[in-house]
Amino acid sequence: MRTILKYISNITVLVTFIITAKAQPTIYPAKPQTGSISIKGATIHVGNGQIISNGTLVFEKGKITYVGDGNGAPSTAETIDAAGKHLYPGFIAPVTNLGLVEIEAVRATVDNTEVGDNNAHVRALIAYNTDSKVINTLRSNGIILAQVTPEGGLITGQSSVVQLDAWNWEDAAYKKDDAIHVNWPTVKYARFGNTNSEEQKERVIKERDVLNDLLTDAKAYCSVDKPVVFNARLEAFRNVFGGLKKVMVHVDKKNDMIAAVQFFKRHAIKPVIVGGADAHLVSSFLKENNIPVIIHQAHSLPAKDDDDVNLPYKQAKVLTDAGILVAYGMDGFWQQRNLPFMAGTAAAFGLEKEKALSTITLNTAKILGIDKTTGSLEQGKDANLFISSGDALDMKGNKIEKAFIVGRDINLNNLHKQLFERYEYKYGQK
Amino acid sequence: MFKISLQINTMRKLLPFCFLILGFYLLKAQETFPVNGSHDKRPKKYAFVNATIVAKAGQRAEKGTLLVNDKLIEAVNGDQKVPPGYITIDLEGKYIYPSLIDAFSTYGVPESKEGRSFGRAPQVLTSTKNGAYGWNEAIRPETRAVDAFTGDTKEAEQLKKIGFGAVQTVLEDGIARGSSALVSLLGAEDNEAVLVADVGAHYSFDKGSAKTSYPSSLMGSIALLRQTYYDAQWYGQQQEEYNMSLEAFNKWQNLPQFFEVNDVLDVLRADKIAKEFSKQYVIKTGGNDYQRIKEIKATGASLIVPLNFPKAYDVDDPYEADKLSLAQLKHWELAPANPSFLEKAAVPFALTASGLDNIRSFWPNLRKAIQFGLSEETALRSLTEIPAQLLGVSDKIGTLEKGKLANFIITSDSLFKEGNIIYENWIQGEKFIANNVSTGDIRGEYATAIEGYGDAKLVIGGKSGKYEAHISTLKDTAQTKVNINVDGDLLTMSFNPKGTKSSFRISAYVTNEKPVQLKGDLSKMDGDVSPWSATYSGAYVAKPKKQVKNKSLDLGKVIYPFTAFGHEESPTATTVLLKNATVWTNESAGILQGADVLLVDGKIKGVGKGLSAAGAKVIDATGKHVTAGIIDEHSHIAISRGINEGTQSVTSEVRIADIINSEDVNIYRQLAGGVTTSHILHGSANAIGGQSQLIKLRWGKAPEELKFGGSDGFIKFALGENVKQSNWGEAAKIRFPQTRMGVEQVYVDAFTRAKEYKVNINKKDGKTRRDLELDALVEILDKKRFITCHSYVQSEINMLMHVADSLGFKINTFTHILEGYKLADRMAARSIAGATFADWWAYKMEVQEAIPYNAYLMEKQGVVTAINSDDAEMARRLNQEAAKVIKYGGLSEEEAWKLVTLNPAKMLHVDNRVGSIKVGKDADVVVWSDNPLSIYAKAEKTFVDGVKYWDGEEDEKVRSSQKKEKARLIAKLIEEKGKGSTTQKAVEKPTIVYHCETLLEENNDDFNHNQ
Repeated sequence: MRTILKYISNITVLVTFIITAKAQPTIYPAKPQTGSISIKGATIHVGNGQIISNGTLVFEKGKITYVGDGNGAPSTAETIDAAGKHLYPGFIAPVTNLGLVEIEAVRATVDNTEVGDNNAHVRALIAYNTDSKVINTLRSNGIILAQVTPEGGLITGQSSVVQLDAWNWEDAAYKKDDAIHVNWPTVKYARFGNTNSEEQKERVIKERDVLNDLLTDAKAYCSVDKPVVFNARLEAFRNVFGGLKKVMVHVDKKNDMIAAVQFFKRHAIKPVIVGGADAHLVSSFLKENNIPVIIHQAHSLPAKDDDDVNLPYKQAKVLTDAGILVAYGMDGFWQQRNLPFMAGTAAAFGLEKEKALSTITLNTAKILGIDKTTGSLEQGKDANLFISSGDALDMKGNKIEKAFIVGRDINLNNLHKQLFERYEYKYGQK
Repeated sequence: MFKISLQINTMRKLLPFCFLILGFYLLKAQETFPVNGSHDKRPKKYAFVNATIVAKAGQRAEKGTLLVNDKLIEAVNGDQKVPPGYITIDLEGKYIYPSLIDAFSTYGVPESKEGRSFGRAPQVLTSTKNGAYGWNEAIRPETRAVDAFTGDTKEAEQLKKIGFGAVQTVLEDGIARGSSALVSLLGAEDNEAVLVADVGAHYSFDKGSAKTSYPSSLMGSIALLRQTYYDAQWYGQQQEEYNMSLEAFNKWQNLPQFFEVNDVLDVLRADKIAKEFSKQYVIKTGGNDYQRIKEIKATGASLIVPLNFPKAYDVDDPYEADKLSLAQLKHWELAPANPSFLEKAAVPFALTASGLDNIRSFWPNLRKAIQFGLSEETALRSLTEIPAQLLGVSDKIGTLEKGKLANFIITSDSLFKEGNIIYENWIQGEKFIANNVSTGDIRGEYATAIEGYGDAKLVIGGKSGKYEAHISTLKDTAQTKVNINVDGDLLTMSFNPKGTKSSFRISAYVTNEKPVQLKGDLSKMDGDVSPWSATYSGAYVAKPKKQVKNKSLDLGKVIYPFTAFGHEESPTATTVLLKNATVWTNESAGILQGADVLLVDGKIKGVGKGLSAAGAKVIDATGKHVTAGIIDEHSHIAISRGINEGTQSVTSEVRIADIINSEDVNIYRQLAGGVTTSHILHGSANAIGGQSQLIKLRWGKAPEELKFGGSDGFIKFALGENVKQSNWGEAAKIRFPQTRMGVEQVYVDAFTRAKEYKVNINKKDGKTRRDLELDALVEILDKKRFITCHSYVQSEINMLMHVADSLGFKINTFTHILEGYKLADRMAARSIAGATFADWWAYKMEVQEAIPYNAYLMEKQGVVTAINSDDAEMARRLNQEAAKVIKYGGLSEEEAWKLVTLNPAKMLHVDNRVGSIKVGKDADVVVWSDNPLSIYAKAEKTFVDGVKYWDGEEDEKVRSSQKKEKARLIAKLIEEKGKGSTTQKAVEKPTIVYHCETLLEENNDDFNHNQ
């Protein structure tokens, strides 16, 4: 809230919300943008690698109508002076259980893992809790879109892309049922329990057969418009074969990645790889097959003792240099507020800063299939953007002063800011 | 006990326990047993003549005579005249050695069953055994191997075949394992086989089949053993209670003490306990002693060393090969050199066959050890005299001397020579035929005539007992292989001459003439049988074997620590001058621009502009930032096997100091993040956890050298969900407390007991049992040990402050303290510090109101505040975590930086040594590429005590050279497989990462994520 108070703006509306927003339930979803707004003077990080110094961005009724140096910009009713500040496309958190889990250790609040191996039909969207207290703590760090994703089993279910300012999941949906997620069968390392890799290989073969049968059946099933007997699991693939729904395969090991891509290719599906711990070892294969990768967070330990200690920091650069479309994913939900710092870390370890930004904006949008409407600050796209007083990829500079989702001026308050305020009050610091 | 009839040698000095005295008699078996039918007692007097006798290592006599009278050796190499009544056995060309002794075996006793289950078993607080035993099932000194022993003919034969005559048999179960027995490998005659009923007392760190939940960790095992020593001392002086376990524990103290471990660091740990109680253990090791040979040597302990060399890895599939770590590969190469390393370091050791996958690999592995540098003399000694000495039975076995047991082997050749055959293994005067001695060596060339084949030359070669033969006609030199089978005097041969359809079979015997003849019958295809003979015509000349060039001795170097990024040579402190940097002093001088920092002899010698020093290595730090090293108040790296001893609510007796693991790659990874000091804490599973250990990240040094040195002792307390076990499932509903209400009473009870104990122990009347758990609490009361308490919600934090006030102790630090912001004023009023996470929350109920503004609010209320990690990953970038407090709250950069340097130094009472760039402080210094609070900052160089342990540029070189080293080893493995060696699959063994909540090491996979 302090940052907001410091904010110099000609919008008086802001003042009123500061006074009224005292509790989480009163952090209202914003109303649709009716007029038009110009943001002037900011360093515009387009998201596609470009940067515009002292630029101007205009958006109207939720859409970006102008991005450039200001020449020829339409005039607007409202103007935000963002001189010296930075303007970014909203960050996108892919593959997260945000809104599906509220408290990890409290089972009653955990709604992301269904029982059973084949849950192609279950949908994360309808369990997404827009009233989760976590969501607002992400927005205030610049994350405004998320792909909420189920976990567990062989076929975990379907994710959806949501925007993080909504009354309920219906309003939140940004792209419904965008992907089916598959955990690629693999020999798991276990210190105890079934450590026999030979036995595990048998399981892996069986699971791959199950997948193969499923896709074969699904293909036949979906070739008929109205099958006689409805099958929810097979029906889930209809849009996959129609090219409207992606398959995201969660796979980390080198050989598994090759096997998975080959497998899906045989079924005429081009998968997205999620995880890709060894992706740097098969980069030419991935490039040849044009497979995008949502890599695991930079803030990880190397998988092997002998690995370069900084390998997780460098992976994004290695893959980007190899010409692979790369986005960052992270563990969990509350952790997603640190997503910008994954990109920052990649930049610290050699990836060009604007390319690093793409790993949490435009690249992610491309991989999720939403780049026509978001992911970068380009004319015609949704006004999903925010202003930061400093470099948003660095915790020192990440101070989000204003954010817009489809042009809606969202409230950046959250539970943490409220508790902060409460105890500043207690100690008379305010 | 058995009645004694025969006693050999002079008896040992009378020991205080009669039980033991009996043990040292030689027990003649079957004396008391009734005989079915007529008695059949033979004189059993043998004279072995003309043998090369190696009576002990380094003592060799040609053409020697060994006289055996019944069970004992009558004479060795004495008067060559064989007295009347002796059976003479001519061993011309053969050798006699003492039978081997295995100082660590489980021959004839049942194997222990693992008691632990991998799931969540219900908690077992005390022993489930009925009877007057001790409280913990892992302490079972009352068990005696001799009670469980029964000779196993088959197993005995296997051991005898490879030369063993006697073994120490051990019940491998529990931490205090009771007594072992020295038994000979007679087979079924148990009464005769037991040589010493109680020969050694045994210990380990492994609780074995014990059902008692405590101990669940290595440090718990160590603490339990330590406490048992004190309990036993107390027990010996009291009359009030009987305890079979402690009774036996005391009784065995006069026996040789043996300790079984599986890793070199455990050797050091075991020895440390021994020294604490003025004991000396003989330590059975895991075979990787070479990895810390200097420290092993320093223990002064004798070892029992296995020959369990890893099989070559199958690396044909490069993907599989990638799973292998440098450490695994290097150990594969160096393990066979372990005995040789020990010999060179003059560490006394016995060799054991225990730990081998297959007993048949004993000789191949032993010869490998010799090939890798072990001398034959030491090899022999380590299997004869040394085990006898270690077992205190040198008067009975180990060498061939008059009066000792007639335990000896007859071999075809020098014992260690490739191809040597053990013919016979005599045990207590009883012959065991290991491999048939053929009547004589019939190798040679023979002239013969075979009807239907012609005049021929028969060549018998191979080895005596394992003959190979071929035949050729005199006209034609084409050789035909002959199948030959010799059984004593008799032999059979068959062959099918090449290019013919005929076959010949010969059945013959070996004549007693010299040179020998072979005589017998020839059976032909047509069924005709005719007499046949062959006459010796000349000696067999073996084709010289192609000498395989032995590359395997080009061994790689040992690296310290024995893992990736280890060094061959330890880096040392040099005089370093860092020039023209932005220096974050953390002192009143603030941040200096364009300043120099001089490091001399491990200390900061100068801070300021324009410094110079003769001989200094000057590093241009223009554009760089120089800071004090990061201090992590809450870390769980660099430990072995379990961070929690959460099986009891109060475990103040356990010590992280006992389990420091110098070989953890996370030490190096964290140096790469600018960390120089880590406070290694016990986990948070119980209200009063274990004692913590402050370490410096001196990469490569041994565990003891990692310890900070001279710092105050701390202890971990914990509050909240872990302590009341609310997230551990149904199985964990037994141990008190289950609620926050109960937690208060745990503290009240513990400190009340501690106060009573303090009064009693200070009387020094010897009546009070030394209690290590309470000792630690008394130290807290005496302000000699300080509390860092894992804590979450304000109610419990408030509670503990009140308990402390009322019982007269002080909380030094609340760690985690996620709701510290709610009562920062009260903490400040009591001068309690707070170490917290920057932004963790939502992982469990008690962090629902954890906010990233916490550190800011505490700091502003005057609480000495730090950001800690509790996480091996986060610890690599604590600088970034500190920077988050600039974002959340708005702390100044200078203040934020202190959150991970000076402030933790203060709360750990080491700010006189570390935490700022100040003349006189330790040279724990980091050179950063950028403002250290920026996400773009990288630690380029990290110094601890002036030694540069991390350097980004050198790291690249290290990686490249280790890549080459791995490639060399992989090539060697491929070559090894090409030679036909059996291989094993590559198995990945990643380092375990511990957190506060990691319960058992077994549970690692479940608890890796999210606190």
